[in-house]
Amino acid sequence: MKHLEVKQINQTFGDVHVLNDVSFSVSEGEFVSILGPSGSGKSTLFGIIGGLTIPNSGDVLLNGNSIKGKRGSISYTPQTPSLLPWRSILDNVLLGQEISGRKDRAKALEMIERAGLSEYKDAHPHELSGGMKQRASFIRSVLSPQSLILLDEPFSALDEFTRTDMQKWLLSMWEEAKRSILFVTHNIEEAIFLSDRIIILSPRPASVLNEYKVPFDRPRREELLLTDEFLQFKKDIYQDMRLAHTT
Amino acid sequence: MMKSLVKQGWRPALVIILLFLIWELCVQLFQVPTWLLPAPTQILEVGITEWGQYSHHVWATVQLIIVGFLIGSSIGILVAIGLHLVPFLKQSTYPLLILSQNIPVIVLAPLLVVWFGFGMLPKIIVITLVCFFPIAISLLDGFRQTDRDLMHYMQMAGASRKQLFWKLEWPNAMPSLFSGLKISATYSVMGAVISEWLGASEGIGYYMTLASSSYRTDRVFVAILIIVALSLLFFIFINWLEKIVIRWRSSGEGGSSETS
Ligand SMILES: Nc1ncnc2c1ncn2[C@@H]1O[C@H](COP(=O)(O)OP(=O)(O)O)[C@@H](O)[C@H]1O
Ligand SMILES: [Mg+2]
Repeated sequence: MKHLEVKQINQTFGDVHVLNDVSFSVSEGEFVSILGPSGSGKSTLFGIIGGLTIPNSGDVLLNGNSIKGKRGSISYTPQTPSLLPWRSILDNVLLGQEISGRKDRAKALEMIERAGLSEYKDAHPHELSGGMKQRASFIRSVLSPQSLILLDEPFSALDEFTRTDMQKWLLSMWEEAKRSILFVTHNIEEAIFLSDRIIILSPRPASVLNEYKVPFDRPRREELLLTDEFLQFKKDIYQDMRLAHTT
Repeated sequence: MMKSLVKQGWRPALVIILLFLIWELCVQLFQVPTWLLPAPTQILEVGITEWGQYSHHVWATVQLIIVGFLIGSSIGILVAIGLHLVPFLKQSTYPLLILSQNIPVIVLAPLLVVWFGFGMLPKIIVITLVCFFPIAISLLDGFRQTDRDLMHYMQMAGASRKQLFWKLEWPNAMPSLFSGLKISATYSVMGAVISEWLGASEGIGYYMTLASSSYRTDRVFVAILIIVALSLLFFIFINWLEKIVIRWRSSGEGGSSETS
């Protein structure tokens, strides 16, 4: 059984057809990226999986059970870090657990330490840099009890170097936490570097254009980004997306 | 905070001292009669020597302000929460709420005296009415301004309506609540004095009407001074409370509510 199955989702807002018959799946422990141009409907798709939006048609299954319109079944990290400004980092990180019931402070402190944020556990979000906020936001997702994590372009606001550092950090956390991750991005390189599988969306109305299995071994190192194989793979995907964009 | 107050405050303070000096000199120079315009030194003298005679008026007014403000702001907060949590209520009454702000509460005061007499009740109603609006409106505004991304996060995490309110909307509206409280603080002093003008047996407003009807202009000025001081003290107190409650704001955002 697949961990997550998205089945033939259609979504329109007024006259705008945003998602057109989108189907894909995520296996247990898999890291899957959704790659699509800006405005193609990626965030909308997350809203549907998270139960915030009920699609015009189609279904969302988690471990075989429909979670269409049901909130609280997945753990979500929004496009902006979305930490509560009046809470300390520690209390922010515990928010996901707090909403669903049980708080585990010891675990939270350990994760904060591993993310290099120990010094900031009592600080408020405005005292942190963009990268630190994203790390805190991701820890909050990992600590939440839900087993599937959705990440919506978490690194798009960061500069190049911070982004690469964050990607490496994310991979190391994921390899340990053994959670399934569905990751949204419009950055091809990021998608290849992080994922087991990449799902390419077409421009609006978005449908699944193609699916790639990423052939690179894990654990992946930064050097991979400069190898010929990597660049060739990137080129293939780029041409795929380019073609869809022009036609 | 104290330091910056001294740093920025000395210029306006100098201007005020200068104005008082000119006032003093003019009164002395042109020998203006006391019943028309007393000199600042005369006012100060009366204020100090007669303290024993009018201090109970001050305390009566302070009590009235505090009771009125507490009741008024509690009702304001409760109404805002009610309207926010029940969209139907908000849709049907919010426009009326805004419209009713155009009615000067003062014009209702004589009516309240007719209905409720000269006791504490009509005065508290007047203060409640003037306090209530700024608080209800700014708190509702604060609830409305809740960040959309934070909202989405909380909802997807499965937060209940109660959790959404207490963990997100309420703390998010704190700065707005305090800008409402600051406006209401000064309004409540004004409301108390005006309600005392209309009919009372004690209070600084009553003392003021007595003084003016017997042409004791110096006492009128003493009353004005005390009212200004009360207003200021109350405002400073709310400001201090805000600093205690809202520690999490970065200094950049801190100034936003100061403008109101
Ligand atoms: N609630 C909504 N009402 C109307 N239009 C919407 C709504 N949500 C998203 N859209 C539209 O759907 C399209 C896709 O948006 P989005 O999912 O945010 O794209 P992406 O995340 O891929 O950049 C956009 O054109 C946007 O204007
Ligand atoms: Mg988006």
